Amino acid sequence: MQEFAFPSPSVVADRLRERRYLADDRIAQVVFLADRLGKPILVEGPAGVGKTELAKSLAGVLERRLVRLQCYEGLDESKALYEWNYKKQLLRIQADDGRPWNELEADIFSDEFLLTRPLLEAILAPEPVVLLIDEIDRVEVETEALLLEVLSEFQVTIPELGTLQAASVPLVVLTSNNTRELSEALKRRCLFLHLDYPSADREREILLTKVPGLEAALADEIAKLVRSIRSLPLKKAPSISESIDWARTLLALGVRTVDSATIEDTAHVLLKYQADIDKVLADL
Amino acid sequence: MFFEVLTGFITELRLAGVPVSMVESIDAMRAVEHVSLRDRSALKAALGATLVKNVRDAEAFEVAFEVYFAYDRTIPDGGDPATSPESAPSPPMSASLQGMVGDALRAGDTDLLRALARLAVSRYAGMEPGRPVGGLYYVYRTLRAIDLDALAAEAVEAGLTQLEERLLREEIDARLEEFRREVEAEVRRRLVADRGREAVAETLRRTPLLDRDLMHATRAELEAVERAIRPLTRRLTARLARKRKLHSRGRLDFRKTMRSSLATGGVPVEPRFRRLRPSKPDVVLLCDVSGSMATFARFMLQFVYAMSTQFSRIRAYAFIDGIDEVTSYFGPGVDFETAMRRLGDEARVVAFDGHSDYGHALERFWEVRGLTPKTTVIVTGDARTNYRDPRPEVLAGIAEEAKAVYWLNPEPKRFWNTGDSVIRVYEPYCRDVVEVRTLRQLESFVEEVI
Repeated sequence: MQEFAFPSPSVVADRLRERRYLADDRIAQVVFLADRLGKPILVEGPAGVGKTELAKSLAGVLERRLVRLQCYEGLDESKALYEWNYKKQLLRIQADDGRPWNELEADIFSDEFLLTRPLLEAILAPEPVVLLIDEIDRVEVETEALLLEVLSEFQVTIPELGTLQAASVPLVVLTSNNTRELSEALKRRCLFLHLDYPSADREREILLTKVPGLEAALADEIAKLVRSIRSLPLKKAPSISESIDWARTLLALGVRTVDSATIEDTAHVLLKYQADIDKVLADL
Repeated sequence: MFFEVLTGFITELRLAGVPVSMVESIDAMRAVEHVSLRDRSALKAALGATLVKNVRDAEAFEVAFEVYFAYDRTIPDGGDPATSPESAPSPPMSASLQGMVGDALRAGDTDLLRALARLAVSRYAGMEPGRPVGGLYYVYRTLRAIDLDALAAEAVEAGLTQLEERLLREEIDARLEEFRREVEAEVRRRLVADRGREAVAETLRRTPLLDRDLMHATRAELEAVERAIRPLTRRLTARLARKRKLHSRGRLDFRKTMRSSLATGGVPVEPRFRRLRPSKPDVVLLCDVSGSMATFARFMLQFVYAMSTQFSRIRAYAFIDGIDEVTSYFGPGVDFETAMRRLGDEARVVAFDGHSDYGHALERFWEVRGLTPKTTVIVTGDARTNYRDPRPEVLAGIAEEAKAVYWLNPEPKRFWNTGDSVIRVYEPYCRDVVEVRTLRQLESFVEEVI
């Protein structure tokens, strides 16, 4: 029987809190289940709500290595799973001129010539790791299929070598900004966790944890202001990381309470489009 | 027992349009083994993570969960049992409940607010067992008895700066929303206790947002639809861009192939290809903005402009019986609301009496057309031309010069060609006439045509 990392969801929340990641009940519960059921977590939500941070914090909590696969359009097998080291193979063939082919073939398709990429690396690690597959929605649907074997069976099949089984079961976190619909096959294999902008109360807590020296009253004010700004139809609503940056800025400037002038001076920290800044200033 | 409830719950999800596969329902059962069934929020998280894989379905899940896994106790901590006949509330008592809600609101005591919401339902909803009334009626009755607007106004203290006042008001609104939601939940709980889960779930089942009829949506629904447009177009844009890229592989690029073969000792391991640059379509929108069609025109404009990167050029015209180009109101960096307001205020769309006249509008468009064989013309409207001359020959001319004409009709197909609808006479000149009443239909039209 496999050992579980967490005895209960509340332990998940507590230990994440030690790492300065504030998990609400739902996050803690899903992480707990992912560990129990041995299933990947698919975290979806707008940019900057702490999706990637969750994986990093989990790696910290579990004291595991974080293996990260950053997805992008055009990502393929050779960048995600494994690749044969062509150049080394060619060198080998040239150096061994005259050996019978079948001998040579067995030689050049061995571990020595295999370049492991993040997915294979996560599987082959002797100690369990946290595997972060970041922004999965950026790869093509066809490439998604590459992941299926890894995610459900924790194994990788290499035609020349056979099937490689996981030495340890990694905790897998996939993140998605929801720019496209992920395939049903992938979703079926994952536990789904939707993260949205936090409530004002939770955002205040996050600010207080992340920005040492911030006063509770100011944090409260910032959280409420950010909520107010998010309710406007903006091109890009401020993310949690941006509100943290803003809190840091205000703290550095020695601001005690936020007024319109302060907002005008510091809005560029929070908002990244001039049109948005104009709109917010006009509205407040 | 629990197993049966869970199966019923999954069936209800499927009925509400949430796709739940066999594997997922098995996962849900496995997940439930790891949570305490008495911990409602844990159960909700476990079921949510295993069964619902799309935010779109969160609303349906929320409702079904409330119905199937309501608190076991039907008696709220308000004190009086729900089953006892509802005594008419005496005025001073109700005033004090109102006062208590006000106090809790100011103090920000969410637990107390919830308890008060349950109490309010037991006191004011006047629920009668077996009466076939929808839950909304009881919610309405409860909320009518407590003047939430007055409470909100009271809670905002005087002597605040504008900014402080605004933030406080939003905080109060958020708490009141919580109160409202608790009232709804409590009503649902009691209905379930009275009529059983299946019956209540059925009355609460809602059409998914994507399939809601835009012409008959309520204001709140329209707002929700509008919020849904952005992510929808973003996804569609990404999909179209990808599709375009996929078809962009041209002939073998000999030079590049040779160059990359240097890395592999002169062996061309990876062939390189040229890129094709498929041309993006040039679009002209003709939107009927009279009365009922205005809502649809708004969605169409919002949709198309949100996807403007996918077109080489967009021109937009609004018409009723006159026609005016509105392209300059929109464009990059311009706020959509401002553009729509200008469309309403400045565009000269009325030539005579403000009743749709498709023939005249088309004729005016013909004078300024500027069409090329790459232009796709999209007309939106119900083709109800108030018995005036539809001038189909003008549309024929447009169709000849442009690449194609598409007609989007937001009316249900069965009403076409009834009364003053003359869609029939335009049909021969359109590549396609499509019924578009929901966001889903609009999405699939755009994807197919571009």
